[in-house]
Amino acid sequence: MTMTVPVAPHENRAGLRWTLTDAWTLTRRNLAHWSRNPAVLLTSLAFNVLIVLMFGFLFGGAMVVPGGGGYREFLMPGMFAMTMVFGISMTTTAVATDLERGVTDRFRSMPMAPAAALIGRAVADLLFAVVTLVTMMLLGLAIGWRATGSPGAALGAAGLILWLRFALVWVGIYLGLVLRGQEAVAGVQILEFPLGFLSGAFVAPATMPAWLGAVAEWNPLSSTVQATRELFGNPGWGGESWIAGHAPLMAVVWPLALVAVFLPLAVRQYRSLSD
Amino acid sequence: MGSEDLSIVVEGLRKRYGDKVALDGVDLRVPSGTACGLLGPNGAGKTTTVRALATLQRFDGGRAAVAGFDVATQADRVRYRIGLVGQRAAVDEVLGGHQNLVMFGRLYRLGARAARRRADELLARFGLADVGDKPVRTYSGGMRRRLDLAAGMILAPAVLFLDEPTVGLDPRGRDEVWAAVRDLVRQGTTVLLTTQYLDEADRLADRISVIDTGKVVADGTPAELKARIGADRIDVVVHDHQDLPAAVAALRVVAAGEPEVDRDNRRVSAPVTSRGGALADVVRALDAAGVSTEDVVLRRPTLDEVFLRLTGRESQEVPA
Repeated sequence: MTMTVPVAPHENRAGLRWTLTDAWTLTRRNLAHWSRNPAVLLTSLAFNVLIVLMFGFLFGGAMVVPGGGGYREFLMPGMFAMTMVFGISMTTTAVATDLERGVTDRFRSMPMAPAAALIGRAVADLLFAVVTLVTMMLLGLAIGWRATGSPGAALGAAGLILWLRFALVWVGIYLGLVLRGQEAVAGVQILEFPLGFLSGAFVAPATMPAWLGAVAEWNPLSSTVQATRELFGNPGWGGESWIAGHAPLMAVVWPLALVAVFLPLAVRQYRSLSD
Repeated sequence: MGSEDLSIVVEGLRKRYGDKVALDGVDLRVPSGTACGLLGPNGAGKTTTVRALATLQRFDGGRAAVAGFDVATQADRVRYRIGLVGQRAAVDEVLGGHQNLVMFGRLYRLGARAARRRADELLARFGLADVGDKPVRTYSGGMRRRLDLAAGMILAPAVLFLDEPTVGLDPRGRDEVWAAVRDLVRQGTTVLLTTQYLDEADRLADRISVIDTGKVVADGTPAELKARIGADRIDVVVHDHQDLPAAVAALRVVAAGEPEVDRDNRRVSAPVTSRGGALADVVRALDAAGVSTEDVVLRRPTLDEVFLRLTGRESQEVPA
């Protein structure tokens, strides 16, 4: 059989344009996963919906919001941020699976832009975070949550939530590159629970023992939750401490700090695959 | 390195991980359009060599050129000219075969239409056209490995690296991969393949380099190496230790070398020059001498014996 063998015209792979082109190719690969295998997506969404229903209706009756206000109004911003935390293990699993199957090695043996594999992952996971957030907001509206602030403030709140997810994507990528084996990856999933629950997402830190409350207040998740409650015009838990009083600032700073630490770590770990 | 007719030139390649020396000065020269087999046990340095040549692994010393470009300083140029097929089929399990090849084609900088056309061509060539839309996780092991080969062939690379390409495959899958590899070599691709199996190297490679503890310890054509290794062997296991000398005498009738005696297992073993009739001759000789046997078998030399003969010592790890 004779075939016309294609010749790749561009031997120079450096440059932003190729990095973005390659990253988009890999983003589309990850999007194709969802349409090929929607069960993963639906399971993740169903899990989040279940937690909202559990807390909103099962435990919610016993919950008292400090300063008054409905618990479900208090809960929803917490759940929005919580679903971003639940995304970590998704990122970690995807990165670890590519590494284990040798797909990462194939990418590295190809003349593609080296950063593209990580960027493609980050973009795809952010797109999924948008889908998750929209689903959660619709669910919230269905059970009585309302954003009473301005549309601009609500958009700002959504931005802060996705900004947190962006930071957590790099945590997930780093863990996926470092941890070996499916057991270790499963461990990440278990760690999401203390990280999510030891915060102001579900209850006011003031109701916890003092030291635990302090930990919860300094949990990056709490700053995002607190700031978005203000922006959505939902009841919050106030708090006397410095960290509680500077939630909007810290909702920007915390993720920035996570990105500053974990993005370079992830890039370094990716490069060290050749050592 | 200026050698027009050599696709792979490796000189004194060294790599250590902490205290462990993985490559201790590997030398290799592979003429263009030929297949070279890198034969050795686990941990010998085969995979490290291939990963270094495929630009996946930095090395500490020595030089390597692939398709005319230096691996260390011109990695990008090398990457346009190589394909890599690793020990696991490095393809996306969720996507279809066609989707996989289009994605890799795009990453090789083909336009969307060219990538799709190339995917169609390669699926047809590797006999996967009717399953191109099915997710890869529904493929058999042999089909996955063929898709893996196709992904490595998108730019019709000058050099294809195959790292234990048939490990974990059933005999049918192995035959499929062997046929595909032979086809590629016939069409001019230079192939470097690693294997633990003499048989595999024998079937696919024009020349074999035997690698052990990070060094090439022997090389030559399969025929040359076999002549040094000795051919098939006959093992005789007797019931009674007293029969061992008689078994040795019986084996001498057909042996190409002095039979070896393993007293603990009551076993006598010897290489034979021709398969035809040798076994029957031995059985007749054993009968005539009245030796009672537990087992008489004609078998291929094991990799252990290959190493024993080539290196004068037992290999450290022997594959099952």
